Amino acid sequence: MKELDPLVFWAVFQEMLGAPLLWLMLVVILAGTAAFFALLLKERRIDSRRLVRAEFVGVAGGCLALVLMAKVSSSGFTDAGGPADWFLIALVFGLGLAGTTILIYTLLGWRSRV
Amino acid sequence: MSKEPIVIDPSRSGRLDRRSFLKLGAAGAGTLLLLPDSASAATKVKTAARIVIAGAGAAGLTAAAQLAQRLEGAQITLVDARKAHFYQPGFTLVAGGIKPASYVVSSTRDYVPSGVELIEEAVAEIDPEGRKVVTATGKPVPYDYLIVATGLRLDYAAIEGMDVEQIGNNGLGSIYHSPEKAAATWQAMSKFADSGGVGVFLRPGTEMKCAGAPLKYTFLTDDHLRRRGNRGKAEIIYNANNKVLFSVPIVHEKVRMLFEERDIRMNYERTLAAIDLGKKIATFKTAEGPVELQYDFINVIPPMRAADAVRNSPLPWQEGNWAADGWIEVDKHTLRHKRFDNVFAVGDVAGVPKGKTAASVKWQVPVAVDHLVAQIEGRESQAHYGGYTSCPLITRLGQAMLIEFDYKDNLVPSFPGIIAPLEELWISWVMKTMALKPTYISMLHGRA
Repeated sequence: MKELDPLVFWAVFQEMLGAPLLWLMLVVILAGTAAFFALLLKERRIDSRRLVRAEFVGVAGGCLALVLMAKVSSSGFTDAGGPADWFLIALVFGLGLAGTTILIYTLLGWRSRV
Repeated sequence: MSKEPIVIDPSRSGRLDRRSFLKLGAAGAGTLLLLPDSASAATKVKTAARIVIAGAGAAGLTAAAQLAQRLEGAQITLVDARKAHFYQPGFTLVAGGIKPASYVVSSTRDYVPSGVELIEEAVAEIDPEGRKVVTATGKPVPYDYLIVATGLRLDYAAIEGMDVEQIGNNGLGSIYHSPEKAAATWQAMSKFADSGGVGVFLRPGTEMKCAGAPLKYTFLTDDHLRRRGNRGKAEIIYNANNKVLFSVPIVHEKVRMLFEERDIRMNYERTLAAIDLGKKIATFKTAEGPVELQYDFINVIPPMRAADAVRNSPLPWQEGNWAADGWIEVDKHTLRHKRFDNVFAVGDVAGVPKGKTAASVKWQVPVAVDHLVAQIEGRESQAHYGGYTSCPLITRLGQAMLIEFDYKDNLVPSFPGIIAPLEELWISWVMKTMALKPTYISMLHGRA
């Protein structure tokens, strides 16, 4: 068997984050995504004002992701040395931004409907 | 049971697999250094074979986990006296002030697979003719198959005047000794980074575990001095035992360039023969006779040899470079003993040309295990170890070069075109500090 086994990545991430945190993250991601799509289906449009507000918070989320990353990897803020590093920084920031934006958009959306 | 040959040689295969991995994100990227090759999904082989694994370090535990996954009914026994398990790739991080000593310590018992017996005694004797291992209390443990994974012995006594009790005091450091001494070394190095002076670095004249570590620690010391504004007050001298800084020529040249750039002086063909801990004088053996170096901080790396139980057995090479230090005479591609076909050696104790590292363990163990299982089944294994090993060579705090190579001195990057092996990168540092330990632990459990 030469293929990369997704279970191996699961094992490694579980070792990295600890089982409870990993499951919690997975639940937040899945529940957040589900709630987001449910909201889209219900509203049948994107509320642009709400999206902009969510994006503002999203920027903070991206920054927070970078700070967390720096902390767990014992890094400073001057350590980027090449294109692969900028790619990773962009990726971490992007994931933080997108994740937070979707979550906040969804939260605001459902709150305004309650 | 899969009949397909298992080729474990990144220079020959696996590139596409590795690239496809990228889609899974960079955070778990260290996994690639310790790429999986499990046969856990296959049906288990039924056998009543007695398999003894001498040594329960990284290699022994990984072998136990993989054997337990592949065999049913086998009597698998680990023999090792040490109760603590050390994550040795973390020692440089502890000694570099990046992680606490607790980061590298866990318990051997945590990794012993169920159904595998652990005899908590030292291996005193190995008798391949009588097919038994004898423990320190004289208890014989007979076997049908033996995997030797006893690691290596740090021979501090070979350095005249050396006293391991003094590590951490008076500018004496030694990162390999133990987690506590690695932490004590950090105290001594940090003091040096505050005061400046002469820092002396070296590597031994024997085979050694992680040959990149002496270089990493030199780079880390340089960086700590710079960050505290004291580099101008310090002189750093690196003493290589032979004509190169690293056995892979292209890596040697890169490190030489970095050392020159950082004003680190290099001496070649020098080995530490004696040390005066009171006067802080290190005496090196050179072709021109002994040379003394006055130091304010020194990182002593002792000669490394096989454990006495191995050296006193018939297992080591009988001639050649590795005979004197007792490294076991195995085929470098199968890890099978050249004279005793039911004996394998994996990890540091294996007498193979490259890499006494955890990455080597990850790639060696599945090959040895597959050959052993095939022997039980009466088939021929095609598993092949090409010498792959890796060294995330830290070049400053926050950056490393992800160097991966094989027996042929070829660079075998996991991410060609993305992570350049000879480039100082943060992403490589992230792998070293974040992803490697989880991957290593998963490897011990037989999951990675």
